[in-house]
Amino acid sequence: MLQVSVWRGTEQGRYVEYEVPRQTSQTVLDVVTYIQRKLDSTLAYRYACRVGMCGSCAMTVNGVPRWTCRTHVSAVEHEGSTLQIAPLSNLPVVRDLATDMREFFDKWARAKGQYKSARTRRDDFAAVRPAAKETQARQAGIECIGCGVCYAACDVVGWRSDYLGPAALNRAWTLINDVRDDARAERLRAVAGDAGCHSCHTHVSCTEHCPKHISPTASIAGLKRATGAAVLWGKL
Amino acid sequence: MGKAVTRDVHWETRLWLAQRVSAAVLALCVIVHLITIIYATRGGLSGAEILARTRGNTAWLAFYVVFVLAVAVHVPIGLRAIATEWLRWSGASRDVLLAAFGVGLVVMGFRAAWAVFA
Repeated sequence: MLQVSVWRGTEQGRYVEYEVPRQTSQTVLDVVTYIQRKLDSTLAYRYACRVGMCGSCAMTVNGVPRWTCRTHVSAVEHEGSTLQIAPLSNLPVVRDLATDMREFFDKWARAKGQYKSARTRRDDFAAVRPAAKETQARQAGIECIGCGVCYAACDVVGWRSDYLGPAALNRAWTLINDVRDDARAERLRAVAGDAGCHSCHTHVSCTEHCPKHISPTASIAGLKRATGAAVLWGKL
Repeated sequence: MGKAVTRDVHWETRLWLAQRVSAAVLALCVIVHLITIIYATRGGLSGAEILARTRGNTAWLAFYVVFVLAVAVHVPIGLRAIATEWLRWSGASRDVLLAAFGVGLVVMGFRAAWAVFA
């Protein structure tokens, strides 16, 4: 049997203890699902794909933000006598383990995270050279699944809620390195203001915890260099 | 985007550049400063010995003028982030006070550098 301690409530709440049968290859999401289906159907949590693609199921597991569908119990059970599961930090709690992700995704929009191009279907294919520096930089950050783990791990987001955060800035960096995109200047301006990329202190928590092994830290450093160069050349 | 946003974007980026450049200068200055301290105190530390090295020496004066300027640029920008994040203090009042603090660092630093030169 596995002793599990789960956060119940909203911002105000408490940990409730449950006993869950231990199984082989059991994930933390399996544990939460067992509780919701067999022990207490009022438990609120969020998931969709169960295979690490959708970014819905991130939670704080033993104090660390993690994707629960790809986190095996065996990988975390040595960390304490009970398995502690809480909602992600730095986001408002809707109820129990479900957080309100609106602000997180609104910041993607604020960082101009939308692909923008004047190209139409009548234009020829864009030539994207795989070996080009821009393509390499874009590829390094493009696999983000928007799970919010980096955002929950970020100290700066905790200190100032208006900071755009690692995921939104990483998204902006991938678009800045997209040769088909037309909104480079607009996007650099969107990320360079107060609470933008310069607020990052390079604590590297986002990179440390990203389940996709992306380095938002490197992306943000790229944005700092790009905005710095742009302001020096009068292009910001 | 409006003018205020443009000003904000330019200002934040320039402050970041200023902090990076001043950090690079400080890294060199601190190394020189530490090496000098270790070298100078080998035979015991005395005011007379320090003054013998610095008095009338324009190279040391120039070095400490650069050092002081780098500190005066670097410190207020760092304190600005702390004021924003820990005290949740932003806006013009914060920036005016920190600019004054930077000027204070210049005055005190120059005074100290001049005192061991003249």
